Order: sequence, then structure tokens, then C-alpha cells
Amino acid sequence: MDILQIVLLGIIASILYIVLKDINRSFAFFIILITGIIIFLSIIQQIAIIFELIQDLGRNANVEGLYMETILKIIGIAYIAEIGASLTKEAGLEAVAKNIELAGKIFILLLAVPIITAVVEAILNFLPSV
Amino acid sequence: MFTDAQVLFQIAGIGIIVALIHTILKQMGKEEIAQFATLIGFIIVLVIVINGLSDLFNQIKSVFLF
Repeated sequence: MDILQIVLLGIIASILYIVLKDINRSFAFFIILITGIIIFLSIIQQIAIIFELIQDLGRNANVEGLYMETILKIIGIAYIAEIGASLTKEAGLEAVAKNIELAGKIFILLLAVPIITAVVEAILNFLPSV
Repeated sequence: MFTDAQVLFQIAGIGIIVALIHTILKQMGKEEIAQFATLIGFIIVLVIVINGLSDLFNQIKSVFLF
């Protein structure tokens, strides 16, 4: 989808949201949700192309597959957590949004554990054995 | 299905019509039927949105988390 179309979609969604907000709050929330879905579905193909490029570069540079995969997974988790947190914040549930953000951070840290251990082992190898 | 703004207008239209029905039924004194009408409209929109949401999560899973 073109960028102009996405911007126009956002403008239309905000107009509909303002109209619906006073009439029916739950439907206004659905408007927000479906707008996010439409915009993301229209850009996900391009994201896949970019990721293929990144993976190609990594393969050419002989980066271990595990590391690239971890990075892509971290990006995915960050994006999903961001969506969930902003949607719940929009619905007025600040505390739940904070918890979702915390859960995203924890899962990212969990995915990074193998990389962190690899870094620590590499540093320990540099140190002269006493 | 979700490549254009059609579904956006669909939801907005359903919302406005449901609000209208709710108001009319309330004026006629049928409070509980008005509540039912709102509930049904809510469920219809919920089905549309849930379909889109599952589509979105499947795409995210296939692109990011393979």
C-alpha cells in the first residue's frame, strides 16, 4: 500500500473515531483496533523483504544463524508488546499496559540469554588464566 | 479482506446504526430489547475484528518468529 493511502486511512479513522466516540465507546475502540490491523497487514510484506535482505547479509558475513534468528524474534516481540500496550493504554488500562511492557522486556531478556552467555564466555577466554 | 478502508466504514456504520436502534427502542420503553440490540451489534463487530486480529498475529508469527 502506498504511504499516501496509509495516511489517508489514518485521517479517515480519526474522523470516524471522533464521530463514534460520543455515540458508542466500544465501537470507537474497535475502529482503533481495525485501523492498526489494516496498516500493519499492508506493510508486513515489505518487512519480510527487508528481513530476507538482513538474513542474506548475515549469511554472507558468516554470522551464526542463531544470532540473526534471535534478533528477528526480539524485534517481533517488541512490536507485539508495543501494539498490546498502546491498545490497552488507549482503552484506559494503564496498569495492564505497564505489565504488558514488562512482560515484553522479560521475554526479550530471556531470548538474549544464549548471546549473553556467549559474550561472557568470550570475555573469560581473553582473561589470562591465573 | 483487510486491504482497504471498507471494513472501517463497515464498523463505523454498524456502530451508528446500533446506537440509533438503541435510542429508538429506549424511547419506545423497551429497555431490555435495546440492550440486546447493542449486544448483538457488538458481537457482529467483534467477529470482524477477531478475524482481522488472528490474521495479523499469523502474519507476525510467520515473519518475525518463524
